[in-house]
Amino acid sequence: MIPASFDYHAPSSVEEALRILGQHDDAKVLAGGQSLIPVLRLRLAAPEVIVDIGRIEELRGVRDDGDALAIGAMTPHHTIESDPLVHEHAKLLALATETVADPQVRHRGTFGGALAHADPAGDLPAPVVALGAEMVIAGSGGRRTVAAADFFEDLFTTALAEDELLVEIRVPKHTGWGAHYEKFTRVSQQWSIVGVAAAVRVEGGSIAEARVGLTNMGSTPVRATAVEQALVGQPATAEAIRSAAAAAAEGTSPPNDANGDADYRRHLATVLTGRAVLAAAGA
Amino acid sequence: MTAVEERPAAEIGSARRRKEDQRLITGRTRWTDNITPQGTLHLRFVRSPFAHARIAGIDTEAARQAPGVVGVFTGRDIGEGKLSMFTVWTVTPDQKAPQHPPIAVDTVNFAGEAVAAVVARSAAEAVDAAELVDVDYEELPPVLDMAAALADGADLVHPDLGSNLSAHFVLDSAEAGSGADAKQAIEDARSSEDHVVVERTFRQQRLVPAFMEPRSIVVDPTGEQVTMWSATQVPHVSRVALSLITGVSESKLRVIAPDVGGGFGGKLQVPREEAALLVLAQKLGRPLKWTETRSECFLSCHHGRDQVQRITVSAKRDGTVTALHADLLADMGAYLCLVTPGIPILGAFMFGGIYKFPAYRFECRNVFTTKTPTDAYRGAGRPEATFAVERIMDELAAELGMEPLELREKNWIKHEEFPYTTSAGLEFDSGNYEAATAKAKELFGYDALRAEQGRRREANDPVQLGIGISTFTEMCGLAPSRVLGALNYAAGGWENASVRMLPTGKVEVVTGTSPHGQGHETAWSQIVADRLGVPFEDIEILHGDTQVSPKGLDTYGSRSLVVGGIAVTKAADKVIEKAKVIAAHMLEANPDDLEFGGGRFTVRGTDKGVSIAETAFAAFSAHDLPDGVEASLDSDATFDPESFSYPHGTHLCAVEVDTETGMVTIRSYVSVDDVGKVINPVIVEGQVHGGVAQGIAQALYEEAVYDESGTLVTGSFVDYLMPSAPDLPSLVADRTETPSTTNDLGVKGVGEAGTIASTPAVVNAVIDAVRPFGINDIEMPCTPHRVWSALQGRRPEAPAVPQSEQSTAMTQEGQS
Amino acid sequence: MTRITVSVDGTSYTDDVEPRTLLVHHLRERLGKTGTVVGCDTSNCGACTVHLDGRSVKSCTMLAVQADGHEVTTIEGLAQDGELHPMQKAFHEHHGLQCGYCTPGMIMQSIDLLVEHPDPSEEDVRMGLEGNLCRCTGYQNIVKAVRAAATGGASQ
Repeated sequence: MIPASFDYHAPSSVEEALRILGQHDDAKVLAGGQSLIPVLRLRLAAPEVIVDIGRIEELRGVRDDGDALAIGAMTPHHTIESDPLVHEHAKLLALATETVADPQVRHRGTFGGALAHADPAGDLPAPVVALGAEMVIAGSGGRRTVAAADFFEDLFTTALAEDELLVEIRVPKHTGWGAHYEKFTRVSQQWSIVGVAAAVRVEGGSIAEARVGLTNMGSTPVRATAVEQALVGQPATAEAIRSAAAAAAEGTSPPNDANGDADYRRHLATVLTGRAVLAAAGA
Repeated sequence: MTAVEERPAAEIGSARRRKEDQRLITGRTRWTDNITPQGTLHLRFVRSPFAHARIAGIDTEAARQAPGVVGVFTGRDIGEGKLSMFTVWTVTPDQKAPQHPPIAVDTVNFAGEAVAAVVARSAAEAVDAAELVDVDYEELPPVLDMAAALADGADLVHPDLGSNLSAHFVLDSAEAGSGADAKQAIEDARSSEDHVVVERTFRQQRLVPAFMEPRSIVVDPTGEQVTMWSATQVPHVSRVALSLITGVSESKLRVIAPDVGGGFGGKLQVPREEAALLVLAQKLGRPLKWTETRSECFLSCHHGRDQVQRITVSAKRDGTVTALHADLLADMGAYLCLVTPGIPILGAFMFGGIYKFPAYRFECRNVFTTKTPTDAYRGAGRPEATFAVERIMDELAAELGMEPLELREKNWIKHEEFPYTTSAGLEFDSGNYEAATAKAKELFGYDALRAEQGRRREANDPVQLGIGISTFTEMCGLAPSRVLGALNYAAGGWENASVRMLPTGKVEVVTGTSPHGQGHETAWSQIVADRLGVPFEDIEILHGDTQVSPKGLDTYGSRSLVVGGIAVTKAADKVIEKAKVIAAHMLEANPDDLEFGGGRFTVRGTDKGVSIAETAFAAFSAHDLPDGVEASLDSDATFDPESFSYPHGTHLCAVEVDTETGMVTIRSYVSVDDVGKVINPVIVEGQVHGGVAQGIAQALYEEAVYDESGTLVTGSFVDYLMPSAPDLPSLVADRTETPSTTNDLGVKGVGEAGTIASTPAVVNAVIDAVRPFGINDIEMPCTPHRVWSALQGRRPEAPAVPQSEQSTAMTQEGQS
Repeated sequence: MTRITVSVDGTSYTDDVEPRTLLVHHLRERLGKTGTVVGCDTSNCGACTVHLDGRSVKSCTMLAVQADGHEVTTIEGLAQDGELHPMQKAFHEHHGLQCGYCTPGMIMQSIDLLVEHPDPSEEDVRMGLEGNLCRCTGYQNIVKAVRAAATGGASQ
């Protein structure tokens, strides 16, 4: 369908973008557009103003920032998938990003855009939470940092205020960790029924540290801390890992929908967490 | 195309690449949405969000005032609200059919039904203004469950009809005199030690045809004839129907199907929107255009399937079947569209499949609900039939402890027994189920897979293997007109062709078929090239425009080759006859002394001859024609088939079922189909691939779902799961060739065969995988959730480490 | 209205557009590039796929204004001097199309996937085409066509 009319601005700096956002009550930020434009086409939203931040070059790119990677919010998925720094220091991100939508969408869709959209079935919030990332937010009062776990507040709701912009995501390096993103869908294009993001540090055949994030097991990504704790010190074997994974559903409130009820999703979470961690440990 | 392909010895049977491709691969296409005559106005429908409601009032004032708006129309503006779409099939004399207005007048009866139309100078303005139309709905109770709809005191979809039952159709072999009494045979079997009775209830879920090109209609009333371009499979049928419905004189109406992007039965329709645009364009005196969004398509294009089937089979303990009873509830939706009530009836004769059932009873109750109407979708009644019989045969095999292929072979019509008349009263002309099955088994590696299945069962492998079989036949090539008449179908089943030879030797073939991806231009060129001995490239196939191809019954029901292709040969043969007379005159010989081959008439025993092209020029110049001979070779043929066409095949499917998650993955899929003589093997294979893909999708992915308020919740490709490339396996498709004996090309239809065969092959495989757990059915689509749920509470012990191919890699890496 | 300049199939076009105009509508209706089509409204089907600065995108999920200053290649811009692109030839040779509606998008995405995977396995091809729906072919011959094009040298 055809979107409703809107006023369009294409600022070339963050400051200009913030100023425009501050001036308008009913404005939406256009990043890659792969989430926003479908919404506009179906007229599920009809904002009066669109602020296209696609011209702001400083928002793109992956930087080595010492103990973290600094990833510009406008970095396209395709860059994350293929960037050598991401592969070396935050492989889980690349693996999860590969599963997002399809190649065409990944050429336009952006890392920050997907995170700001906060779809509970989106694949990027869980790895971002699992890796303990920090979200750098720009507002009229300057920049602030929010831990990923606090950034996702509810369905399609983040800590971003109406006149703020997500500008950067800082991902602590997990160099040398094994990683795997297990995405469970019926058809390839589908949004995750359940997804598991797993990163493990294996030392001498045992799991020294583990990070596990769950997709679509609640209105926000869930960190499977019980599993993480149960894994520490365990041998990296199928049996031990499956045993620890039994706790995957703790603290989750999965949805009931056409693809499964809450019970099924809880079950899937345990099975898929076992598989994800096993794959991460073996990689 | 660049170079001319090497000329094959015979065109028929050769793997010619398609003429159609050149435009399609370069984007030089003519989809209806490309067509915008000067001054075109754009229309947008306002559609009801409610499944069932009285329209208390419509306030169009704000919409009328919106920028660019030329008019806002409601149901009463279309023929004073009195026009009604109609169905061509009265399946029983007392069939109940509701009034079916192009735009709702007093009530809406399904979510998505149009209640108003906004016309504006641009599509964007029409969409904007449509949001301003204020409709006052008084909600009525939705009617969603068929059994509930038939119960006493049920809410009625159409109160004036007094019931939600549209028709109750019965085909009983005893009553028809074509077989024994099925009900009796089943009763006898129940009380006999030597017999078994197996009964199951299957659900044929509702599907969405989902052709890739959304429908689009342009009506230009400014010419001497009114021209309608429409993304339709049936321009000829639409022309007749629309003139009857709207009162436009048939000879004043020209319908053009330009390039059409797929149909699959979904565009076998005279949609409400065509009637509305036809009336409104004339009212406005300006060209008028509507292109649907995909979301609209989901709501307002008709849906497919939607049946509840109670299937009962009786058999001797040695496996010999004695009777089959099919008792269906078929969901019509809110209205009877073009063929709606007849779709289940198209399957009525086929629930016995390829087997020699001595007794057969089919009955079907057509039920109204407040949902989008159903109508044809690839296979139209026959996939439903094949699913039921192939599933029940597997259930019977399980009950008897027999190998499912063995049970089938025991009961199927043997090659030597053709032609064979079934207890449903149909004569199957030819077939060779043995050959197709043997070939399929070999390609599939049947025995090795059974062995693997056994090993996995023994090891309690969390990934189980299932093997599914579908040995099918189907009834296509619609249709012998007399049979249609006997069934109270309003139209006939003939097809028309004209063949013209131009003075320069080129050939024009006008066909009454209306291809939308099937490659008729290529295949008909092959047929005519062989028949007339003219080069493939010199033949132009014309179709789809009622002014260019004035006579036809279009494309559906796998009829185009078996009816339309034969019409082409008959017209070509008439051309040869006319040319022969002129050739004889040119050669000063007796026509009986002439032979025709390779495009030339030669006097027998000499090397004197003329080409058919030369006779065409001679006819054109007409300087020296025999007395009484017209200056034309051009010929017409209207062909009515004697019988239906009965392709058949054996499909084998191997699936892996991950019992921990319920996920089903197809490991391999083999089809061996027999479609008689093959004109173009590449095209035939393509039809099988596409058909199988749709059947697999029904088994595993697709379902049109309504919630309790009658809202279609699977209203887009986000929720209605169509497979993309990674979701389908690589198919092995092979053939046997048992020519048809009822037409002189020996051809059978193929367009729907893949879909008809495949769904039960996949579902049988899934059930076969989990049968040891005590499961004997899982409703389609066999989602992981459904499979897993069926498995719950039935596992004897905890799962072992997974061993399937998909998880072997993980296991190998994970083990330390 | 916003003034944009977009280069499409080698020609530069300057137009005033409503910002809400989708790139695919701009191509079809303003520029007459009707080879690119619309198949859905939820970005699933991929029939609208074109190349933007050499990489595939769904033109229904872009605003025309976002293409300002960029280069677009459509199905109509593939053939050079009457010579078909190897991917077009491969689709024809291997019967990778029936009705042809998904074909422009399918061909454009197939060309892009060879950039990532110049010698793709069957799985690479299938995954590379996950964003393109076809209802006619079951993808069987499309996969064949893409792999054939790869060995025939068909990536850009």
